[in-house]
Amino acid sequence: MNKETTAMPMSDPIQEAPRQRRSPRVWLSDFQENQAHLFLLAAMLILSLAVIDFGTWLVLTISGIAMGGMLFLMASGMTLTFGLMSVLNLAHGAFISLGAFAGGTVLAFWLDGFAGAPGLMSNLVAIIPALLFAAFVAGIVGLVFEKLVIKPVYGDHLKQILVTVGGSIILMQLIEVIWGPNEIPVTRPESLSGALMLPESLPVIGGIVLEKFRLLAVVLGLAIYAAMLWVIDRTRIGILIRAGVESREMVEIQGYRIHLLFLGVFIAGSALAGLGGVMWGMYKEILTPHMGDEMMISVIVVIILGGLGSIRGCFYGALLVGLINLYIGFVEPRLAAVATVGLMVGVLMWRPQGLIPVIKV
Amino acid sequence: MLNRILSGDYPRSKPLTALLLIIVVSLLLGPFLFDGIRAFTTLGMICVFIMVVAAYDLMLGYTHIVSFAHTMFFGIGAYGVAMATSNIGSTFPAVLIGITGALALSFVLSLLLGLLSLRVKAIFFALVTLAVAFAFLSLVTQLYVITGGEDGMRVRVPRELGPAFRPLDGTLPGIDVPTLLKGLLTQPWNLGQVWQDSLFELRLSGRNVMYYALLAVSAGVFLFLLRLVNSPFGRVLQAIRENEFRAEALGYRTVVYRTAVVILAALVATLAGAAFALINRYVNPENTLNFELMVFILLMCVIGGMGTLYGAIVGSTLFILAQTYLQDLLKWVGQYTDGIPLVENLLGPGHWLLWFGLLFVLSVYFFPAGVVGQLRIWSMRRRSRDQQPPDGPEAEPLPQT
Repeated sequence: MNKETTAMPMSDPIQEAPRQRRSPRVWLSDFQENQAHLFLLAAMLILSLAVIDFGTWLVLTISGIAMGGMLFLMASGMTLTFGLMSVLNLAHGAFISLGAFAGGTVLAFWLDGFAGAPGLMSNLVAIIPALLFAAFVAGIVGLVFEKLVIKPVYGDHLKQILVTVGGSIILMQLIEVIWGPNEIPVTRPESLSGALMLPESLPVIGGIVLEKFRLLAVVLGLAIYAAMLWVIDRTRIGILIRAGVESREMVEIQGYRIHLLFLGVFIAGSALAGLGGVMWGMYKEILTPHMGDEMMISVIVVIILGGLGSIRGCFYGALLVGLINLYIGFVEPRLAAVATVGLMVGVLMWRPQGLIPVIKV
Repeated sequence: MLNRILSGDYPRSKPLTALLLIIVVSLLLGPFLFDGIRAFTTLGMICVFIMVVAAYDLMLGYTHIVSFAHTMFFGIGAYGVAMATSNIGSTFPAVLIGITGALALSFVLSLLLGLLSLRVKAIFFALVTLAVAFAFLSLVTQLYVITGGEDGMRVRVPRELGPAFRPLDGTLPGIDVPTLLKGLLTQPWNLGQVWQDSLFELRLSGRNVMYYALLAVSAGVFLFLLRLVNSPFGRVLQAIRENEFRAEALGYRTVVYRTAVVILAALVATLAGAAFALINRYVNPENTLNFELMVFILLMCVIGGMGTLYGAIVGSTLFILAQTYLQDLLKWVGQYTDGIPLVENLLGPGHWLLWFGLLFVLSVYFFPAGVVGQLRIWSMRRRSRDQQPPDGPEAEPLPQT
């Protein structure tokens, strides 16, 4: 394939033109116009730094990025599902809960000996199966869910909303039937609880305490983001997905069975939601059937912020939501949720399509 | 006369007419037909939710606007009355101030939401309302000082609407229909005894006054909405539902109509919320603002029948009956399935919602018109089978090319 067909709709547009010297104001407005996500992120970081002192700010920022990482895991599946087949899956929250419960079962009941033991290696014996099992269960249920619930209502947004809300009720109730209505406590594996303290001798960041689990969330989120970008930008499947987001009919005309592709994306999205669910469950250390529903709001804000269907947008949206939650939560805990939604409304007023628009709804 | 009251929109199906008559008579004579506080609360909830669901149907069924912020307005109404009575005192002016303030707030918020829908497309609107409603819920939960937080607020209703007030000195006779039916089924030979058992004496109290006031408001709102959807305004809404682009091309400002519908539905929901606070006398985030309640409203609307206001009556009655009594039924079934490992769990009384969710999904697939719509379709088929209609609407003339 030549360069033209692989042009990436999700990569940053603009540039190419020979760079010339511009006044800072022009540069700023250009930055604001063309790289809205980075502009917003930078603005938020600088503004918060002005209010909060540096040590606290750093801890908050890292926690915010960790939260963003988990949010990205949960939201990426939903945004891709919408982008590809324009299916709005409001049952996504149920998949988050499902993953949390499946992973929690592994951690708390099946391999609790390994999870409780000291030492990183024996912990990993519990954590990796928990993550895989959560992704597996959520993926399988996603497969069934797509076949039974979503497939009959393609192309009808209203019915999709109704049916997925109904499906979400059913899934939540089934979780309650299987795991019981009570909350299940899940202790974090030994090597992930506790915190790291940076040595005092370091110049600026000395003495800062970082929770280990948040670091893991940052790493995992970044890794998944990198992997997804690689799949989307560099592989054949990625080309098909991008093409499908742009125009479904054209992909079908080329002879690809777009429905299979979509099924794959839906399963992957559900599995990612499950993965995010386990991380969230380990972070909260308690499992409730409605934990996914509670996250749905943040997930929805993330995908609207980023622009429906955009992986890059989803990532930046997740970071923004994670950061604003932590910053505002630090200044005035009661306003965190309001600030998140306020951010969304503000961005929608400014850019109705989201920060990195991909599709025209 | 009837034509005027129902705005020419008859049920158009015999089973549906019968069903509606049963519901309306039960609501009208409610306190005389059902004994006990639980039945009384159920009747009151049905009246409240008929308003809420009818207003929601105006958006969802007639205009295809999916909004998840309906409970927000419901909650504004409920908290408006609760806060006014607790701050000013339990008098009628306080209640009135509460309702007016709540209506004003709802008007402003829904206007903003409606204007936001200018900027974003239909499916975004659903998501945005969901997020806004959640933000409101979290705000109410957090502002403990004003709203009581999770604990909620007790609503001190005026004395005339409370249980201590006696409008009549004597008692009135009542017949408990459930007892009567149960007696007739189990011991039909013992008619006199059954009749005696099911009689009870009703001492009218302020709660009954409140109930009838609520019923009157609910009926008024319902008939007003029925008039509205059968007016030219309602026709435009349906045109927007069928094809917004074409409606706009015909010269209707769809944005104005959509915003008007969002505002109107919000105001009715606020009124219903105020009524809820007065009859329930206790509000908290869970019973007024929760997302689960929103889902329930959606279920009532869809199961009753989208795009038919009668669906609001049928849907809310069915759902609230199920919510109150399906658990008993499941408990009863549970006696027989005890011991079978998985079935026992599936049929546990706590899982009535599972079955309702299943019913909901199936009804979206197979009966997308809901109970009311399906009954109408069936009776229309029967009618067209019985008589080849010469008086039906003429077929559209073929376009000349």
